[in-house]
Amino acid sequence: MVTLAVNGEHREVEVPPEMPLLWVLRDVLGLTGTKFGCGIAQCGACTVHLDGKPVRSCLLPVSAIGTRAITTIEAIGKTPNGAKVQKAWLDLEVIQCGYCQSGQIMSATALLDSIPHPQDADIDAAMAGNICRCGTYVRIRQAIKQAAGPPASS
Amino acid sequence: MTGKRSENASMPALDHESRPSVSRRRFIGLTAGTAFLLGFCVPSRRASQAAERALFAPNAFIRIDRQGNVTLIMPQVEMGQGTYTSISMILAEELDADWNRVRTEHAPPDEKNYANPELSIQATGNSNSVRAWWKPLRQAGANTRACFVAAAARQWGVTPEECRTENSTVIHDRTGRKAGYGALIDRAAAIEPPKNAPLKSIDAFRVIGRSLKRLDTPEKANGKATYGIDVMPSGLKFATLAASPVLGGKVVRVDDHRAKAIPGVQQIVVLDDLVAVVGDHMWAAKSGLEALDVTWDDGPNAEVSSELIWSRLRKASLRDGAVAKEMGDVATALRPGGASGEVISATFEMPLLAHACMEPMNCTVHVTPNSAEAWIGTQVLERVHAAVAKGAGLPGSQVTVHNHLIGGGFGRRLEPDMAYSAARIAKYVEGPVKVVWTREEDIRHDIYRPAYHNLLWARLEGGRITAWKHRVSGSSVMARFLPAFFQKGVDPDGVDSAQNIPYDIPNLRVEFNQEEPPGVVTGFWRGVGPNNTVFAIESFIDELAHKAGKDPIAFRRAHLDKTPRLQAALDLVREKSGWGTPLPPRCGRGVSAQTSFASFIACVVECEVGDAGDVKLRRVTTAVDTGVAVNPDTIMAQLQGGHIYSLSAALWEEVTLEKGRVQQSNFNDYRVLRIDETPPIEVHVIKSQESPGGIGETGSTAAVPALRNAIYAATGVPLRRMPIERKLISRNNRT
Repeated sequence: MVTLAVNGEHREVEVPPEMPLLWVLRDVLGLTGTKFGCGIAQCGACTVHLDGKPVRSCLLPVSAIGTRAITTIEAIGKTPNGAKVQKAWLDLEVIQCGYCQSGQIMSATALLDSIPHPQDADIDAAMAGNICRCGTYVRIRQAIKQAAGPPASS
Repeated sequence: MTGKRSENASMPALDHESRPSVSRRRFIGLTAGTAFLLGFCVPSRRASQAAERALFAPNAFIRIDRQGNVTLIMPQVEMGQGTYTSISMILAEELDADWNRVRTEHAPPDEKNYANPELSIQATGNSNSVRAWWKPLRQAGANTRACFVAAAARQWGVTPEECRTENSTVIHDRTGRKAGYGALIDRAAAIEPPKNAPLKSIDAFRVIGRSLKRLDTPEKANGKATYGIDVMPSGLKFATLAASPVLGGKVVRVDDHRAKAIPGVQQIVVLDDLVAVVGDHMWAAKSGLEALDVTWDDGPNAEVSSELIWSRLRKASLRDGAVAKEMGDVATALRPGGASGEVISATFEMPLLAHACMEPMNCTVHVTPNSAEAWIGTQVLERVHAAVAKGAGLPGSQVTVHNHLIGGGFGRRLEPDMAYSAARIAKYVEGPVKVVWTREEDIRHDIYRPAYHNLLWARLEGGRITAWKHRVSGSSVMARFLPAFFQKGVDPDGVDSAQNIPYDIPNLRVEFNQEEPPGVVTGFWRGVGPNNTVFAIESFIDELAHKAGKDPIAFRRAHLDKTPRLQAALDLVREKSGWGTPLPPRCGRGVSAQTSFASFIACVVECEVGDAGDVKLRRVTTAVDTGVAVNPDTIMAQLQGGHIYSLSAALWEEVTLEKGRVQQSNFNDYRVLRIDETPPIEVHVIKSQESPGGIGETGSTAAVPALRNAIYAATGVPLRRMPIERKLISRNNRT
């Protein structure tokens, strides 16, 4: 039995310890907002937060998580930056098929948590691990900047 | 991105769920068009609450309830292209529906009502959702509106001509009377719907032409949207499979003793050509599959290689093809030394490509002795319905298919193969089973974009092209997909944009040469045939402009006097792209122009070529005249996305085979474009009152030749095949 802290709730699951978090979220807990894309941490569709840091859940064994707080796309809107990112995503109509966008939004939120006003190079570094086949990259870049807002004048 | 984003309509709810059984609803207006609604069966999850809902459903596309909620049935599927919003806008425009009360619903499999008017089957593809449905859906909206107007006029004792409509309300200005559509449904149902109610003039549009917010995106931003891969029917099991690594191969022997020992593994299903492991969750299924020891008989394609495929294709390209188009006297005009000027020839090649949709192939199926129910996201609902029936061994009447949002189509989900495999597996499984392809299986068992070989000849006389011959050799997707369209050896998709080349050339011949590759199945890929033909034509035109000593835009423009819409797009892209302004060393700009899918597009790509032949995309500028722009922001998004999808292929993508096996497997070895390689992309939409053109494919076809020509401008090297061969453009290679 593994106990996980998912989106502020304690969830007990009966799964093998080496089972990646992705499949626990999707197939056991029914949190299907986190997506399967590649299974080898190449595409970022499965990105979730562990204590606010982005991780690829497709390669993360549940036994390695411990007490760290898991946040998924279903709850990221409750965080200030998550809500800002989601709003910017809709305001700029970033989303097309949308399948990769859970992961994109999770990565973008984590970026703003660590760098409130990212430059293009910061965006490249933080987002290059998330593949989008519809080609929404141009708008992702714009939406991150919009979510960040104008830099505070110093 | 340019253009004004505006008109933030509040976001209406979108219901992605399977709908309650409509057969249990009480229909008021059982006119001919509604009869179909009784013919299919869908689950009755919300039947109780639906039972008392009265609906006015005068045709296959519109239902309005007593509360005034407008449900629009989507004959085309949403895969990110924004069609649910665009199609809803077309219906809502003529219906004068209250946009805030509009909901959408996936259409069921039903070719009688929902077959695409241009494709003749229930399919979403070839950039024609708006083109094909523009007139029928405007008419459906107008005819329905006319019922409400007639109903209100009859109630008020006035003539319909005195009434007007807006926001789902009929208004009689003289008396100040108003009636909402919801309140009128009983009376409207008593009106025989007209067949040809007058349509609005384009100037009167209130919805069409605005960048309205998309209906499908809010739930995609918070994880609530349901794609095929997300369905969770009660009692669900999970499966993954390994199909024969060589097309046509068979299972010889399976040792499953290690797999069976893995916790969570429930069942191993062994079929003729694939094995699947069923488990409590995907992890158990995946672990079980990895633990299986399968011996395959590779079959007749065991020795297929890329080398074999290409050598056959190149050999085939030497024979004359079937004639798709013939004008003037090409044979004489291209005879060496025959006329003045010079005959120039070149070959261009495009590789096999995978689709690599972000949502891997999947289908959930529940087979019982006398029924099958399936859940999927597909571009071809009726074909999936047939595939599930065949796979489950049941008549179609006992099969139900639920369509869902699509996590990337790009042509891959125009095929029902995954539904057939899933149904065959599900036949041996108790209860519903979700069959999910691993990324590796998805890439190795794609239905690939064909490899193409183009052979072109032209005569250049005094700076003009006087003769042109284009021979396209490759697989015919149409011959398999819609055989009725493959006539006399010509694949109309394979020569699309070539037989209707926009340039004014007096002597023209276009040929198609079918040569099927061994060991792979070929299919549509975003941009379809024109991906190849436009690449070849626009690359060759650039070489001819170079030979003629002309500016590439001016050279094209001079051959486009009969196509002023494309000239206008070229003029705009020249202005917006900074064409002709100085660039740093080893940087270049390239242009492409095309009339494909009834849209007129000019695209300029600017790139830098590094010393090692690495290509950095600096900027993309596009101008498009696509007729009436139903939702301009969606058009911009589609062009941005299409550019990126195809630039990804130009920079990185190629599927190769060895020993019958596809050598790529995942995003580590099938590399695709990422955000750090993506340039700024500006799209300029030209205002037009012409009928709408297609837009989903066009961005894909436009960008690659423009990039290739930018590399030509930067290095002087005319690349002849994709993906980019870096060694040819590295500084060391220059001699």
